[in-house]
Amino acid sequence: MSQSATAVVAHSKETFGFWLYLMTDCLVFATLFATFAVLRSATAGVVTGADIFSLPFVLTETMVLLASSFAVGMAVVAANANKRRPMLRWLAATGLLGAVFLGMELWEFTVLYQEGHIWTKSAFLSSYFGLVGTHGLHILTGLIWLAALMGHALKHDLSNRAKQRILYFSLFWHFLDVIWICIFTVVYLMGVV
Amino acid sequence: MNLLASILGDRMSWDYFWHGWVQFGGQAATIGGALAVVAGLTYFKKWGYIWREWLTSLDAKKIGVMYTVVAVVMLLRGFGDAVMMRLQQMLASGDSKGFLDAEHFQQVFTAHGTIMIFFVAMGLMFGLINLVLPLMLGARDVAFPLLNSISFYLYLAGFVLVNLSLVYGEFGAVGWLAYPPLSELQFSPGPGVDYWLWSIQIAGIGSTLSAINFIVTILRMRCKGMTLMRMPVFAWSIFATMILTLAAFPMLTGSLFMLSLDRMMGMHYFTSELGGNAMMYINLIWAWGHPEVYILVLPAFGIYSEVVATFARKKLFGYTSMVWALMAIALFSYLVWAHHFFTMGAGGNVNAFFGIMTMIIAIPTGVKVFNWLFTLYKGRIRFDAPMWWFVAFVTTFLIGGATGVMLAVPAIDFQVHNSLFLVAHFHNTIIGGVVFGYFAGLTYWFPKIFGFKLHERLGKLAASLWIAGFFMAFIPIYILGFLGATRRLEKFDPSYGWQPLFIASAIGTAVIGLAVATQLVQLGYSIWKRKQLQDKTGDPWNGRTLEWSVPSPAPEYNFARLPVVHSRDAWWHAKQGQANIYEGAYRDFELPKNTGTGVAIGIAATIFGFAAIWHLWWLCVVAVTMVVWVLVRRMMNEDTEVLVTAAQARKLDATRKAAA
Repeated sequence: MSQSATAVVAHSKETFGFWLYLMTDCLVFATLFATFAVLRSATAGVVTGADIFSLPFVLTETMVLLASSFAVGMAVVAANANKRRPMLRWLAATGLLGAVFLGMELWEFTVLYQEGHIWTKSAFLSSYFGLVGTHGLHILTGLIWLAALMGHALKHDLSNRAKQRILYFSLFWHFLDVIWICIFTVVYLMGVV
Repeated sequence: MNLLASILGDRMSWDYFWHGWVQFGGQAATIGGALAVVAGLTYFKKWGYIWREWLTSLDAKKIGVMYTVVAVVMLLRGFGDAVMMRLQQMLASGDSKGFLDAEHFQQVFTAHGTIMIFFVAMGLMFGLINLVLPLMLGARDVAFPLLNSISFYLYLAGFVLVNLSLVYGEFGAVGWLAYPPLSELQFSPGPGVDYWLWSIQIAGIGSTLSAINFIVTILRMRCKGMTLMRMPVFAWSIFATMILTLAAFPMLTGSLFMLSLDRMMGMHYFTSELGGNAMMYINLIWAWGHPEVYILVLPAFGIYSEVVATFARKKLFGYTSMVWALMAIALFSYLVWAHHFFTMGAGGNVNAFFGIMTMIIAIPTGVKVFNWLFTLYKGRIRFDAPMWWFVAFVTTFLIGGATGVMLAVPAIDFQVHNSLFLVAHFHNTIIGGVVFGYFAGLTYWFPKIFGFKLHERLGKLAASLWIAGFFMAFIPIYILGFLGATRRLEKFDPSYGWQPLFIASAIGTAVIGLAVATQLVQLGYSIWKRKQLQDKTGDPWNGRTLEWSVPSPAPEYNFARLPVVHSRDAWWHAKQGQANIYEGAYRDFELPKNTGTGVAIGIAATIFGFAAIWHLWWLCVVAVTMVVWVLVRRMMNEDTEVLVTAAQARKLDATRKAAA
């Protein structure tokens, strides 16, 4: 990131505002996490986390999401160096990896559904699907946003405005990464241990 | 027919149009009101004017006026609910069942609480912030004008949904916080709870976005020289409030989201079976709900601070302690939520902690009251109408605060929990603190926005009637609570002999009705006599802060030249000739262009809410697609601002000054 670009970005009201938004979203997740923590043992005699989670699968999912976060980081670097084509390629990689992550999550949900472990069976399963599903909805929102950004970047030159937007998107994407790490730890690791 | 059934889902039914004659009154009033507005706009050919000058405007002051208008409409509806409850409890004794059945009575008190908190108090608060905060900070606008408009339209979407429940369907019959498991599908299968859920979910997201907007405005948009410790106390109170909003409303969003998952997808977060935990919801909702009451009252404290200093013609006593008291209240308000359910059974130690924390909040609040009194001490006090509201506030709020400290003692709370004593207590603080505060603020800043004052004597009469009516209505309620009357009942056993107290309370409500009528007359009369009441100086009260340094009504751009301040109360010092706040050359600046983006998002949000309430999932998808489409279109639009050159600014300023 060049010096002047850093300065422009750091002083923008929007960056600050966007951070505040992320904090509010973080609190929404905090509410879901707190509820999950209270309800994780309320399994109503059905299944526990240890019965249904597959750690190798979720670890792969995690790696895919981390790789997508790395890709969006590279996209921001390319954007700040005014390299539009590489930026678009990195953004495409971000979207692809994000879509793979979302697909894996849906596949996991489908398997659970087919095995009858659905959200109506116990408070634990409700809070599990609610928390992980909300993260998935955020990923879906991010993918739609990313598509709009790429559509814009395909047609227009890189303006400062466009660069800022890509930065906000990357903040959002990294944020979802952090949330996912918490989900991985609190839901899956602690669920299996 | 099959196609129609699949489009309309399995929830909609003709039965939801007809409930009885009392409900028909509500339907007729809502539809009639909406039709009257549409007909009026059409007859006077004002659609274009409304669209160009108001609905699409990004001017914070106009958005503030729209918030205020909607909030006043809701105040009238919420007051109508209050009148129905007072009449019902007065009439229902012995063989008389009154005119409301239990189910309807429950809907009425649910609607009353929901409307008064989310759509009146919050609406008046965001209205006032929009009206004066940028002016006070020496800024031309808020940080994100479009986001501001979107926030307003999300609030308006909630307003539409709440009133739609009156026409088609029903409202929740579960109390204003919809405790589960009562609010779960098993016990409340109808659409009423969903109307409650989605109207405040959507409006609440608007509040969160507003909080982001105003925090950035305060931290990034202050004029040159205005350090944080030179900000007017009103701005500080908004800063504290918006931090609370930012950190509390997401918890509301999350809690409502989980409750709606329970209701829509059959989950078991808060149900009474399969491990669901209703107390989790109650903890979460109060972790939002207690900060919420400070969200409502802190701006009122800010208003009083401005009013008292102006009308005592002295600088505010103890500015620094005021600021610290605000921030202390903001912090403590997160540490007291469990006092709303001491009876949960969390144990003596937990209750002791929350009881003591609650009592501690009285200390910074007391600091503020003493600061206002010391400001008045040896001041050259002028008793204009805003000061009448202040006096009404101090006396009323002190009593409300004292009964709050009583309730903070868990042992007492166990006795009066869920009794009318509690109802009297929180009306005592919310009416005495919040409502009187916003009335003071509206009276005080009205000339700045509209260019003429509200009629003084009618304002004083309204304040007098309000305070008399308030005590007549609520002292009996306190007594009834002590006698053991439980809240939220439509009928009491006549052998208790409580009917005289309910009659006394209803008479008090009638006096409040007179007060409200006086305020409406005051508004109408002031508009009629606006030439006589005109504010030619821009500074009708001899004010101290920057908003009084510009002409009235304040121009769209607020300041032709941005002020530079060197002290607190900079305008006061400028008037004393101690410093000049407008110097240097005029500069170019940009104003946001009007846009229909906010309107479109508001419409989409309303459709989404309606579709979620009636389980029309395809329509939910349509509404979300609409939001995405609007936002992407906006993103592609590069032409969103209009330039005002330095020369134009100078000319505008000169014209304004010549007109004054």
